[in-house]
Amino acid sequence: MKKRSSPLLNAPYMLWCLLFVLVPMGMVVFYAFSDRQGGFTLEIFRALTATAEKRASLAHVFGYSMLYALAATAICLLLAYPLAYFMAHSGRSAQRNLMLLIMVPMWMNFLICTYSWRTILNDNGVINSLLGWLHLPAVRMLFTPGAVILGMVYNFLPYMALPIFTVMQKLSPSLVEAAQDLGATGFGVLRKVTLPMSLPGIASGITMVFVPSVSTFYISQKLGGSKTMLIGDLIEMQFLTAYDYNTGAALSLILMLLIVLCMMVMKRFSDGSEEGAFVV
Amino acid sequence: MEKDVVIDLRHISLQFDGQPILKDLNLYIRNGEFVTLLGPSGCGKTTTLRIIAGFLEPDGGEVRFGEKSMRGTPPHRRPVNTIFQRYALFPHLNVYKNVAFGLKLRKLPKEEIARRVTEMLRIVNLSGFEKRSVASLSGGQQQRVAIARALAVKPKVLLLDEPLGALDLKLRKDMQMELKSIQHQLGITFIYVTHDQEEALSMSDTIVVMDAGEIQQIGTPKDVYDEPKNAFVADFIGESNILDGVMPGDYLVRFAGMRFPCVDKGFEKNERVDVVIRPEDVDVVPPQDGVLQGTVTSVTFKGMHYEFIVDVKGFKWMIQSTDVQREGDVIGISIKPEEIHIMKKSAYSELIGDYSCFSDEFEELSNAAPGED
Repeated sequence: MKKRSSPLLNAPYMLWCLLFVLVPMGMVVFYAFSDRQGGFTLEIFRALTATAEKRASLAHVFGYSMLYALAATAICLLLAYPLAYFMAHSGRSAQRNLMLLIMVPMWMNFLICTYSWRTILNDNGVINSLLGWLHLPAVRMLFTPGAVILGMVYNFLPYMALPIFTVMQKLSPSLVEAAQDLGATGFGVLRKVTLPMSLPGIASGITMVFVPSVSTFYISQKLGGSKTMLIGDLIEMQFLTAYDYNTGAALSLILMLLIVLCMMVMKRFSDGSEEGAFVV
Repeated sequence: MEKDVVIDLRHISLQFDGQPILKDLNLYIRNGEFVTLLGPSGCGKTTTLRIIAGFLEPDGGEVRFGEKSMRGTPPHRRPVNTIFQRYALFPHLNVYKNVAFGLKLRKLPKEEIARRVTEMLRIVNLSGFEKRSVASLSGGQQQRVAIARALAVKPKVLLLDEPLGALDLKLRKDMQMELKSIQHQLGITFIYVTHDQEEALSMSDTIVVMDAGEIQQIGTPKDVYDEPKNAFVADFIGESNILDGVMPGDYLVRFAGMRFPCVDKGFEKNERVDVVIRPEDVDVVPPQDGVLQGTVTSVTFKGMHYEFIVDVKGFKWMIQSTDVQREGDVIGISIKPEEIHIMKKSAYSELIGDYSCFSDEFEELSNAAPGED
């Protein structure tokens, strides 16, 4: 399989990488380590962690971002795994329909999807109108942590379900039969064969949900209100409100390092498996 | 019914989408026997095996293990284990863990598991391979791991679904010997599925020849070879010249325009029959000494013998002999009474002709490719 591809064929991809990955990354690093005049400095990082109060608030923002993202990822996994299992074990037409059901929300604009949740969760929204009509007390849902996590789960669920489904679909039915043949019950097959063999799919699903969840800002702004400040919001604020590109870049860099750290932990799980479903 | 019957299939029938796969199949298997289900692909042999294993439930009839009906018993509660066509080893586990899989499910103590895995790997000649990943093994080694894994849980009956189909010829021969010796050593009943008649003849105690969802003949390898029940069996197992004949009376048969003495009796007077003569049973003699005369139309060197296609009054015979002939030679044919085998006419009689369009490649194709059944 070690065929040398022509450098000419590589060129567009290389150019793409250069323009849209390496240059922006370089700019982030450059801004994070430079002052307004463009000279090298560590002042940005020092300023971010200058006082105990600043350190605490930064830790708070990062900590909550992680926590929200972890919760969303865990819920996605719990929902997506049975869904993917069911899909992989149903007939072709059912599979197509379920796939469509998962894909359709992805065709709609992400911002519109998130915004429409406001009209559902609002104090005078769809759910509360329904509760009122049933003479039940209204529930505050919008601008709660639950709403933010719901938004994340809703938007990122397909990214968990699809890689798991792909791996499960490739799982040979004869392996399941072999396990049954050797004495495994339905649950035993799931625990000893299906689950361990779908780990690569789970790993890539976790990556694909966790990364956008931890860095999102729109969902927390629209569904969480001003109370929930996530790291994504903070970075957005630096760039668009405070026009402090340097601090924004520094925060981005810290976030990137944190994500890389999480990825390295995840990679341990997918190592040794032959599937190339893992994306970094 | 005999006492030592381990598996008893009674009136098994099965349909897929209205297509009959098995038609009223009756078969019993004795303890310690090496039984082979032999037939072309699509004959229902793998389906039969899957019904025994419990992966398929028959539409009609009953599978019994001893005296116990297996209706509704799932695969994991049946005392049989399967060796799958493509081994079906667990890629996420190493050799040791694959073999230990069934033992761990049975919650045996750790030392007992270790002892049994070691023993099984020794039996299949894979000692020292414990830590290897199954992906790093050759096809033959993977097959051995599959055998060890199935034998480790001490099944009463081992089901083997074309286990050697993916191996090359030399390895296949070695594994045949090895399987036979393992079966001998452990005294386990083997039910073996194959489309390879040579494999069936050399390994089995009993061969069950199947076609179109029906059992065509059950017998020892010698029985099915020497006394095939119908034209299908005669044609599928080994090479056969199958001629249209008439029995004017006991111990006498007429075919190819001549009368031959034979050893069969009990047919109606002038009953139409199929006459089977194996290529190696024909004696080649000088033309004037033969009962029949024919012209050699093709000669193939086969190593141990030559294979001739001989035109006798328009019917192409296959004859095997160690004496060389040339194309175009006229030879005499003589057949001893005991080499003539008489069969009742069957639905297969008209389907099977002479060797006029014979080629090795064609024969391989028609005797079913391995794989899907």
